Amino acid sequence: MNTWMKATAAMIAVMLVAVMGPSTVMAQDGVTSLRGYNALDEGNMAPDIQRPDTGKRFTKNYRQQPPLIPHRIEKYQIDVKANQCLGCHDWPQNVEFNAPKVSETHYVSPTGERLNRVSASRWFCNQCHVPQVQAQALVPNTFTSSNDMR
Amino acid sequence: MSASNNEKTSFLGSLMRPTAKYALGTLIAFGFIAGILFWGGFNWSMEMTNNEEFCISCHEMENNVYQEYRNTVHYSNRTGVRATCPDCHVPDPWIHKVKRKIQASNELLHHFLGTIGTREKYEAKRLHLAKNVWRVMKETDSRECRNCHSFEYMDFVEQEKRSYTSHQKAIDEKMTCIDCHKGIAHELPAGIVNVDGVPNMGNTNLGN
Repeated sequence: MNTWMKATAAMIAVMLVAVMGPSTVMAQDGVTSLRGYNALDEGNMAPDIQRPDTGKRFTKNYRQQPPLIPHRIEKYQIDVKANQCLGCHDWPQNVEFNAPKVSETHYVSPTGERLNRVSASRWFCNQCHVPQVQAQALVPNTFTSSNDMR
Repeated sequence: MSASNNEKTSFLGSLMRPTAKYALGTLIAFGFIAGILFWGGFNWSMEMTNNEEFCISCHEMENNVYQEYRNTVHYSNRTGVRATCPDCHVPDPWIHKVKRKIQASNELLHHFLGTIGTREKYEAKRLHLAKNVWRVMKETDSRECRNCHSFEYMDFVEQEKRSYTSHQKAIDEKMTCIDCHKGIAHELPAGIVNVDGVPNMGNTNLGN
């Protein structure tokens, strides 16, 4: 073979290695995500749906945390017309039903005006309050509650 | 009495004369069987208007209350045991059922008048219609609820604390289901979440 043919052959060989090399060296037949590594030919089942933990009330992690909901709340109507949470948690019926009263901060409008009803800015409870479930952290972390840091 | 001159051949006249050809027993037997057929046919036809499919054949129902009902526990739940339109809105005992069916002619009338023919018209009348239903349920001590649910056979161990507390109170104070469970199948109108300090637990899914 003359020099040109050798050079071309070498070039092709280099290109082949460059193309196939990465896939053979870092062979990965799957996807890595928050759920960990998942092979493409396997199913990856989501964790079971959690039922709310209706036992003890979970402790809050910081003073201003919206308290968690210790009971089931599926399909409670919260819309422009009605807010069923307030059926038990608003004053004065919360006394009768032994339900924690909606915080006074919820009766303040965004402009600071005190209202006699829950402010529209705090109307949709689930924007902040969630039911308590035994859910594990997706990513290991070193979060410490403000109680632990006092 | 027949006005015909020839009483022997007039139809009305023949109805009032004893038959010459047929035995009494034959007539009674045929009448009995015809009666069964009529009675069965009458009730069968009435029951054809007594199911979910018939109720939502009117667009007022299908587009409004049916869509709200689809999000509730009576539509779909863990066990698949359902309550459809007639289970809650049409009484089960025959005499009350027939009375309600006759009253339903009012609903037919308003369908043709278009009283709640559009979404806006429906929302405008929502509170009025809801109060009608609540009033009737209160008067009958929630008879339709009690077709399936019963205080006596409720297992308080299976219920959450706030449920058995409220149900015990309802038993003690002789309350009825609809006092608290307004909105159980269709959305609550505005201003009804709390009536006389009674929360309306309506659209909950607290079954196991």
